[in-house]
Amino acid sequence: MTVATADTPAGHEGHHEHVHYTSTGLENRKIAIWALIGSECMLFASLISTYLIYKGRSKVGPFPHEWSCKTSNVVGKTAELVAGCAPADVLKPILDIPVTSQSTFVLLMSSLAMVLALAAVENKGHPLPAGAGWWDRCLASSKFWLMATAVMGVAFIGYQSYEFTSFVHEGLTIKTNLFGSSFFTLTGFHGAHVTVGVLWLMSLLWIDRTRGLGPKDELVVDICALYWHFVDVVWIVIFTLVYLIS
Amino acid sequence: MSDDAKHATETHHPTGNQYLKIAIILTVITAIEVWAYYIPALVASPLFNPALIIMSALKFAIVVLYYMHIKFDHSLFRLLFTASLILAMCTGTALMFLFGVFKL
Amino acid sequence: MATTAAPAPINTPAGTSYAPGEATGIWSWLTTVDHKRIGTLYLWTALTFFIVAGIEAFIIRLQLMKPNNQLVSAEMYNQLFTMHGTTMVFLVIMPLSAAFFNYLIPLQIGARDVAFPRLNAFSYWVYLFGGIFMTVPIFFDVAPNGGWFGYAPLTTMQFSGGLNIDFWVIGLQILGVSSLAAAFNFITTIINMRAPGMSLMRMPIFTWMSFVVQFLLILAFPAITIALFFLQFDRFFGTQFYEIAAGADPLLWQHLFWVFGHPEVYILILPAFGLVSEILPTFSKKPLFGYNVMVYSGIMIGFLGFGVWAHHMFAVGMGATADTIFAMATLLIGIPTGVKIFNWVATMWGGNIRFTVAMKFAISLVALFTIGGISGVMHSSPPTDLQQTDTYFIVAHFHYVLFGGSIMGIMGGIYFYYPKIFGRYMSEKLGNWHFWSFFVGMNMTFFPMHYAGMLGMPRRIYTYDIGQGWEQFNLWSTVGALLQGVGLICFVYNFVKSRKRGEVAPNDAWGAGTLEWSIPSPPPDYNFAKIPYVTSRYPLWDIKQPEMTAELTHTAPDAGVIADAHAVPMHEETQYYTAKSLGIPMPFPTIKPLFAALFMVLMMAGLVFIHLDLFWVAIFVMIGSGAAFVGSLYGWLTSPLE
Repeated sequence: MTVATADTPAGHEGHHEHVHYTSTGLENRKIAIWALIGSECMLFASLISTYLIYKGRSKVGPFPHEWSCKTSNVVGKTAELVAGCAPADVLKPILDIPVTSQSTFVLLMSSLAMVLALAAVENKGHPLPAGAGWWDRCLASSKFWLMATAVMGVAFIGYQSYEFTSFVHEGLTIKTNLFGSSFFTLTGFHGAHVTVGVLWLMSLLWIDRTRGLGPKDELVVDICALYWHFVDVVWIVIFTLVYLIS
Repeated sequence: MSDDAKHATETHHPTGNQYLKIAIILTVITAIEVWAYYIPALVASPLFNPALIIMSALKFAIVVLYYMHIKFDHSLFRLLFTASLILAMCTGTALMFLFGVFKL
Repeated sequence: MATTAAPAPINTPAGTSYAPGEATGIWSWLTTVDHKRIGTLYLWTALTFFIVAGIEAFIIRLQLMKPNNQLVSAEMYNQLFTMHGTTMVFLVIMPLSAAFFNYLIPLQIGARDVAFPRLNAFSYWVYLFGGIFMTVPIFFDVAPNGGWFGYAPLTTMQFSGGLNIDFWVIGLQILGVSSLAAAFNFITTIINMRAPGMSLMRMPIFTWMSFVVQFLLILAFPAITIALFFLQFDRFFGTQFYEIAAGADPLLWQHLFWVFGHPEVYILILPAFGLVSEILPTFSKKPLFGYNVMVYSGIMIGFLGFGVWAHHMFAVGMGATADTIFAMATLLIGIPTGVKIFNWVATMWGGNIRFTVAMKFAISLVALFTIGGISGVMHSSPPTDLQQTDTYFIVAHFHYVLFGGSIMGIMGGIYFYYPKIFGRYMSEKLGNWHFWSFFVGMNMTFFPMHYAGMLGMPRRIYTYDIGQGWEQFNLWSTVGALLQGVGLICFVYNFVKSRKRGEVAPNDAWGAGTLEWSIPSPPPDYNFAKIPYVTSRYPLWDIKQPEMTAELTHTAPDAGVIADAHAVPMHEETQYYTAKSLGIPMPFPTIKPLFAALFMVLMMAGLVFIHLDLFWVAIFVMIGSGAAFVGSLYGWLTSPLE
C-alpha cells in the first residue's frame, strides 16, 4: 500500500495536506501510537507489579478481600474470624465486586461502541442498502457511536469516583496502608488514562459535528480507537488481578 | 490511491455484526469470571487463579486481535506491540520473583 | 511539485553558519521546527550544562585533593556530587546524543525532516525548561542532595525534608517527558521516512544505534516514571510506597530505578558507538568491518540491557539464584560489546588512516571503553563486586565508560560534524591541545581511582583522614581534573571561534560515504532538493570512489518506489535554493510547542509550592498552567503543519 504522491491536493478546508512518501506506506501517526502503547505496557507492568508485590504486606486494614478488626491483629477470609471484634471495629473486605463488574461491563461495551464508530467513519458516504432498518441507520452514525463511547467512558469514571468515595468513607485512603497507596495509584492512573481518552473522544465528536468525519479521517479516529482499546485491555488485566484474584 | 484500492485492503475488517458477536463473547467470559468468584468451592480450587488469568488473557487477546485489528493490520504493529508486551511481562514477572511473590 | 522551470539557486558567500535564504534572529529560533536548528539548540544547551557540571566536578576534586579538606561544606558537597551526576547523565550526555539524533537521523536516511517536527521542538523546550529547573537550585543551596540515583527511603520526607529532592524528582519527570516525546518521534522517523533504497540494513550505524536507543528510552523510562511518581506521592500526598514502618520494601525503589538505570547506560553509550562507527571508516578509507554484526550486536546489547539491572544491587543480598542469573546475563553483554571493539579495530586494520582530531577521539573511545568494559566485567561477578561496590573503583569504572566512552565519542562526533553544522572546520591545532589534555587528563583523573577504591575509599565521601594511603591517588586525580579543565577551555574557545573564523568546509568535509555529506554545509532547510535513491551502504562513495564500495551489494529499489518518492539517482547537491522555488512544502514555524512546553513544566513544577506551605498557590499554578498547557496543545493540534 503506497500513500499518494506529493502532488495530490488532498487538502480540505484550505489545509495544505500534502501526502508524503513513506518507506513502509504506513501512516506516521499510527506507528507513533503503537510505540506509545508499547511504552504504556511497561508503565502499567511497573504499576501492576508493585501492586502485587505489596499485596498482603499492609500492616493495618482495610484489606481488599479479607476481614479484619481495628483493635486486634486478626485478619481472615471469613466474617466468623472477626466475630470477637466489636461491630464498630470490624473492617469488611473493601472491594465491591458487583459494582466493579458493572463498570467493567460498561468499559467493555465502550470498546464495542468505539469499533462501531470507526466502522461508521470508514463507511461514511456509502449509500445504505435498500430496505435498511433502524439498526443499519444506527450503525452508519459515527456521531452516535462516538457519543456512546464517551458517555460510557464518563460512566466508568463515575463508577470509579463512587468506588473511591465509598472506600474513603469505609476508612481506606491513599495514606492508610500499602494496599491503599498502591490500589489508588494503580486504578487512579488507569482512570486518568480514561479521562484523557474521553477528552480525545469529545474532540473527535466536536470535529464530527462541525465538519463531519469521513473515510479520509479514518486514521484520526483509528489512533484514538487504538488508545481507547488499550485502556480497556489494561482494565481487563486489572479487573482480574486486583479484584477477582485474592 | 483510489477509494476502491483502499477498500480492497480493508475487506478483512470485521463487520458491525461480527463486532457485536465479539462483544457478546467478551461479556460471557466476564460473566463466567464474576460467577466463579462467588462459588467458594471454585475459589478454593488450585485451578482458580490460573483459570482466571487464562480467561483474562483470552479477553485481552480478543480485544487486541479484533478491536485493535492487529490481526488484519501491518505486521510492524504486531511486532511493536508484542515485543513491548513480552518485555513488560518478563520484567514484571522477574520483579515479582525477586520480591518473593512467587517462589521457585 | 509541479514546477517545470528550473529553479534559480541563491548565491551567497560560503561559510556562514546559517544556510543562505534562512530566517535569522531570535524569533526564528524560538519558533523553529527544523530538525537541524533544534539539533543545534540541543548542542549549545547541552554544552552549557557540560560546563556547569564540569565546574561541579572540579570543585569536588578540589575538595578531595588533600585529607581533611573543608573547601565546601559537607551539605554543599552532597549537592555537588548529586548535581554533577544528574546533570552529566540527563542534561549533558543524553541531550548531546539528542543533538546528533536531531541533526543527523533525517540527513542520514535521506529525509527532509523528522516525522513530527513540532513535537521535536516541544521535546527541546521541555528539556531546556526542565534543565533550568534542576540547575538553578544549587545557587541557592537547595539543590538535590541524594545522589543521582535518589535511593528511597533516603529521599523520602522523613530523611530528606526540604525542597532539595523535590527539584530532583519533579525535574526528572519533566526530562522524561522530553526524552519520551523525542523517542516516539525518532522511531517513527527511522521506520517511515527513509529514502527509497535505504533499507534497514543500509542505514548508517549511527542511525541504527540511535534506533536501538529510542526503543530503550520508550521501554525503560516508564519504570523510573512510576518509581518517581511513587516518590512524589510519598513526599507530597503521604502515600507509603517507601515507608518501611508500614511494611514497604526498601528495595522497591532500587529495583524500579535500575530496571530503568541499566538500559540508561546503553542509552548513554550507544550513540557514541554510532558516531565512532561513522568516523573510523571515513578516516580509514574503508567500509565498516562487519556491518551486519555491528547492527546485531547493537540490538543484542540493547536487548540484554533489560535483563541485568540487579547487578547494581549485588550487595543488598538477593540470594544466590538471583545473583547467579544476573551475573551470567551481565557477562553475556561482554560478547556483543567485544565484537564491536574488534570490528572497529578490524575497520582500521590495513586502512589508509588520517589522524584528525575526530579520529583521535574515536580511537581513544575504543581504547578507553575497553578498559572501562573490562573493569565492568570484573564486578559482574558478585563476590568481586562485594569488594568493589560503593568504592572509588566503581567511580573509576563508570568514568572510563561514560567519559572515556560517551564523552570522547561525542567529542569526536562534534569535531567530525562541526563542518556540516556550521559550514566551517574547527581548528585542528586547538583540537589537538583539547584531545591530548582530555586524554591524558582523564586517565590521570580516573586511573588512580581504581587504586583508591581497592584501598577502600568509599564513593560520595566528603573528606578523609590522613594515613589511609589515599592521599597520593586523590592528588593525582585532582591534577588530572585540572588538565581536563584546560582541555575544556581549549574546546570551548575552538567551538565558539571556529563558527566565524574556521576554514570554510565543502559539502563533503572529510571524504565520507553517507548521505549527509552529499548536500551543502550547512544544509538548506529542505535538506535534499531531490531525494536520492540509495543503492548501497555508502552512496556517496559509490559516485565518488566506487572502488571503495565495489565489494558491497548494490541493488536499486523498484521503479515504482522511485517514482512515488520523486527520487533521482544518487548525486551531490552544491547549490542553495529556496524550498518555495523547489516546490517543497515546509512546516510553518510556530511558537505553540514552546508555550505547550513552558506551561507543562510550570504545571509540574507548581507542586513545589506545597512544600513552601503555599497550598493554594500550588493549586492555582498547577490548574492555571495545566489549562494553558491543554489550550496550547489544542492550538497546536488544530493548526496545519505546513
